[in-house]
Amino acid sequence: MLLITCPHCGPRDESEFSCGGEAHIARPLAENNLTDAEFADYLFLRDNPKGLFLERWRHAAGCRRWFNMARDTVTHEIVEIYPMGSGPASQAGKAAHAASWRRDTAAEAAAKPAPKARAKKEQVS
Amino acid sequence: MTKSVMTRAGLFTRAAPQQLSRSAGGGRIDRSKPVSFTFDGCSYRGYEGDTLASALLANNVHLVGRSFKYHRPRGILAAGSEEPNALVRVGRGARAEPNLRATQVELHEGLYAESQNRFPSLKFDVGAINSALQSFFPAGFYYKTFMWPASMWMTYEHVIRHAAGLGRVADEHDDPDRYERIHAHCDVLVAGGGVAGLMAALQAARSGARVILADEQNEFGGWLLGEADVTIDGDTPAGWIAGVVAELAAIDDVTLLPRTTVFGYMDHNYLTLTERVTDHMASPPAHLPRQRLWKVRATQTILAQGAHERPLVFSGNDLPGVMLAGAVRTYINRYGVVPGNRTVVFTNNDDAYRTALALDSAGAHVLVVDLRRDLRGELVKSVRAAGIEVLSGHAVTIASGTQHLARVQIAPVNEGGSTVLDDPFHMDCDLLAMSGGLSPAVHLHSQARGKLGWDDRLLCFKPTTVHEASFNAGAGNGVFDTEKAIADGLKAGGAAAKAAGLTVSDTEAPAIEAPNQSWRPLAAWKIGNGYGPGQGPKAFVDFQNDVTASDVGLAAREGYQSVEHLKRYTTLGMATDQGKTSNINGLAILADALGREIPEVGTTTFRMPYTPASIGAIAGRDIGTLFDPTRLTRMDEWHRANGATFEHVGQWMRAWYYPKDGETMQDAVNREVLAARTTAGILDASTLGKIDIRGPDAAEFLNRLYTNSWLKLGIGKCRYGLMLKDDGMVMDDGVTTRLGENHFHMTTTTGGAAGVLDWMEEWLQTEWPDLKVYLTSVTEEWSVATLSGPNAAKILQAAGIDISLDTADFPFMSMREAHIAGLPVRVFRISFTGELSYEINIRARHGLALWTHLMAAGEAFGLTPYGTEAMHVLRAEKGFIIVGQETDGSVTPQDLGMDWIVSKVKPDFIGKRALERASMAMEDRKQLVGLRTRDRRRVIPEGAHAVLDPNEEMPMTMLGQVTSSYYSPNIGGSIAMAMLKGGRALMGGTVYLPMLDGDVIEAEVVEPMFFDPKGERING
Ligand SMILES: [Zn+2]
Repeated sequence: MLLITCPHCGPRDESEFSCGGEAHIARPLAENNLTDAEFADYLFLRDNPKGLFLERWRHAAGCRRWFNMARDTVTHEIVEIYPMGSGPASQAGKAAHAASWRRDTAAEAAAKPAPKARAKKEQVS
Repeated sequence: MTKSVMTRAGLFTRAAPQQLSRSAGGGRIDRSKPVSFTFDGCSYRGYEGDTLASALLANNVHLVGRSFKYHRPRGILAAGSEEPNALVRVGRGARAEPNLRATQVELHEGLYAESQNRFPSLKFDVGAINSALQSFFPAGFYYKTFMWPASMWMTYEHVIRHAAGLGRVADEHDDPDRYERIHAHCDVLVAGGGVAGLMAALQAARSGARVILADEQNEFGGWLLGEADVTIDGDTPAGWIAGVVAELAAIDDVTLLPRTTVFGYMDHNYLTLTERVTDHMASPPAHLPRQRLWKVRATQTILAQGAHERPLVFSGNDLPGVMLAGAVRTYINRYGVVPGNRTVVFTNNDDAYRTALALDSAGAHVLVVDLRRDLRGELVKSVRAAGIEVLSGHAVTIASGTQHLARVQIAPVNEGGSTVLDDPFHMDCDLLAMSGGLSPAVHLHSQARGKLGWDDRLLCFKPTTVHEASFNAGAGNGVFDTEKAIADGLKAGGAAAKAAGLTVSDTEAPAIEAPNQSWRPLAAWKIGNGYGPGQGPKAFVDFQNDVTASDVGLAAREGYQSVEHLKRYTTLGMATDQGKTSNINGLAILADALGREIPEVGTTTFRMPYTPASIGAIAGRDIGTLFDPTRLTRMDEWHRANGATFEHVGQWMRAWYYPKDGETMQDAVNREVLAARTTAGILDASTLGKIDIRGPDAAEFLNRLYTNSWLKLGIGKCRYGLMLKDDGMVMDDGVTTRLGENHFHMTTTTGGAAGVLDWMEEWLQTEWPDLKVYLTSVTEEWSVATLSGPNAAKILQAAGIDISLDTADFPFMSMREAHIAGLPVRVFRISFTGELSYEINIRARHGLALWTHLMAAGEAFGLTPYGTEAMHVLRAEKGFIIVGQETDGSVTPQDLGMDWIVSKVKPDFIGKRALERASMAMEDRKQLVGLRTRDRRRVIPEGAHAVLDPNEEMPMTMLGQVTSSYYSPNIGGSIAMAMLKGGRALMGGTVYLPMLDGDVIEAEVVEPMFFDPKGERING
């Protein structure tokens, strides 16, 4: 039973939260010219790493707000919790973000906002 | 009680025998408070402070159970929760609880206990024939025997299950007791209240920590309660313990939990505890729960669970009368019970010498048989000085007796005890106290993924590194010596307080006087018996699962080299005691058989619960009606008063149909369905999910959420919408109405309301945070009555509605605010029946008033209440789908023939790209069709599978399944909808629906629209 610190409510039992799976999956728009296989990368494929994983969580039985969490799937250590729309700030979190196979997919490239907007929206560098 | 019953009871209840094995004085029992109890139909006496085990031993009852596999007679081995043999069923009727360890059951007046695993009686047991056939039950017996032929497995399984059960659950199923759950937080949780745990708790508490101290026994003190040769700060152990407990009890921030087992240790210092609140009481007060489940989140945890003594593995070591040496000492010193007169102490270490001295003091004859050759140390000297004979380099090679130990065979043995060196001699005896060294109870530490290391000197695994914020202390940490264990507890208490951010109190460890002993045992894992390998009487490793030393050897020879494989093949350590007394012996014997070192072989995984936890405590109050909330509409009272039957729809209780006198369900539903199309019907639709959507981007949001267009919907207009997942599959539907420029009222399916709200929030928060939209669940804010049928408008007028209902003024798919009987309402002209229909929403608290008012107004117009069953028939007549009935998460709008609702012009909406995948256009996707049975009276069972050729050999080629099927009184025949592969191409053709009984229903594939296909009735 993890102890998760909701950015809005404070530390609460895991049972109050629901896990929304892998974070930082950019959604390609319908007009992007992706092949079905490329689109399937976005739609169906989810990472399941041994080690640090960037996930989306929701304080379902609390404030109902979503946030991101960097959690080690082996040790269950929560390295950091950070807001939706931003990237991880920790070195380990940044490394996990960069290391994801998804960064190289066509779905990801198609969904990326223009460089200017991206600089504003994401703090991952 | 009548006289005759008393007489009959007397036949079965002998007069309580004397407590022949009770010592003259001493112990922590209250001799002024005698207690009567019953075991296997016989009455006995014990004292308050006894456990069932100590009281049975006081009455010279050693035989308390039969073993699991061989049904061998078994006695009490231990004095604590590690007891593998003495499993009993306690209580009667609905309160009976199986598999309790007699060593943990506190005695109380009237306690009723039975032995287990015997038939017809403990002393004469038919199953013991297994023991005579023991060569047929080697390790892996089930795997080898019952796996072939596969067709016989069902037969074998029946026999095995009958034979394999351990204990018997309560005869009645409704548990009359109450259980509670409690959540708690603390700075320091101390698991185990022996010397180390007490000292740790004291130090943490003195440092200002919020402390919870839990111990599984009825009083704190642990092993110390059974020691008579120790003083602490000049006081007796009991005196020192009482002082510490009193100091802890006086501190507000300390919670003392005796009779509480910490049984689970989960991530982030989350621990689960079972507190046995009233199990020890003869007549528990009504206000107390029987047990409490504590869920504790601790900042720091101190594990001070102590250690378990290991048996020695020799032939006949499972006979009643063979006990652990430490347990014997505990029975003498703590319970005032001397479990034997002619006794043998068999050991590989110093500690058992303390038991020899205790037995000697209690007046028993003692012989010490020590596997070690070179005996030194003060304890050995003391024993010899007491005139007790000590045999060094000897072993008890065989213990024998029928249902109790009667004699032992003793012989000189080699260094490791495995080989008999010379002729044995025999000795009569009635108690054998054995000691194979101590194993720290590392269960919680391991559950929390702490690491273990092998201690070559102490011959045990002990904690090395922790994974959680925790500390180990005392015997559980491999620190067996009392003085050192107290110091270890003090250190851990301070370290935990410091780690919790507190200033550590300046406490000094108390002064200890205890026997000066070595804690180093001799490595002697399997004692020889003079026979060839694997021969001679059985030597048990795991008493509870009947695993012998030969089983372990056999498994090794058959190639089971991994300890995890050994465990599963032999079931070593897989019983309810999780091998507390057997794991290390089993590992050592396996290591020996494999020619490897013990640490190379490693340990198996420890899992919760440490000792079995009752399901009742885990369920707590969440049972019966409290298991899940039941949601009722505001009109529920009326439905009940008018004889409605109900069905569960999610958590809601919805009126299903309203049978009148003598009506069957079909009669009632037919009448309700007909009325809705000939006069008028009224449905309680309050359960529909309702979401209030506001914000400048509300329309844009809906436009992305639904498949159709929403930007240009006029204020006061309603629109049906279909919601997809991003994979293109239908997830929900409903009508949404624009109440204002930036304000919408959405309805969802009854079951989907919460999920849809979460879904919308997810998109707003995670994908489109730039959209300014605010969502509020208003399902409970509104009561909804739906009027449907040709007379619907007349009834609303009769009810006094203050707006024009002319279609020109109030067209289909629009909403008007109005008043009925002076109360404000929102009226939606939408229809799920195809009839002229009004959904009248009113503030929830007026729901019942609105309903009764409409019923009164409608009486002259034939207004008939209809339930969910009629609603289903009415919508099926029109071919309207129900999400979750026609759809199952693999159905697209196209599959439903609803292309019309999917926008071709919107650049994007959720699911749009997925619908364009090549696989979505495949012709053999399941498509929605109607089915018209050839025999018009025949209603197809829902879920029936359709085939094209009913004569095809099985397995037939399935086309798909019937999703909705009813008798339609308006059609005068059966109607059905189905999802069939390539269904639209089958239109006009025939499909067959084979039934289980061999019958085949024939049906024509038709459009899923059975009534008023042109929609001419919508305006009344
Ligand atoms: Zn929160």
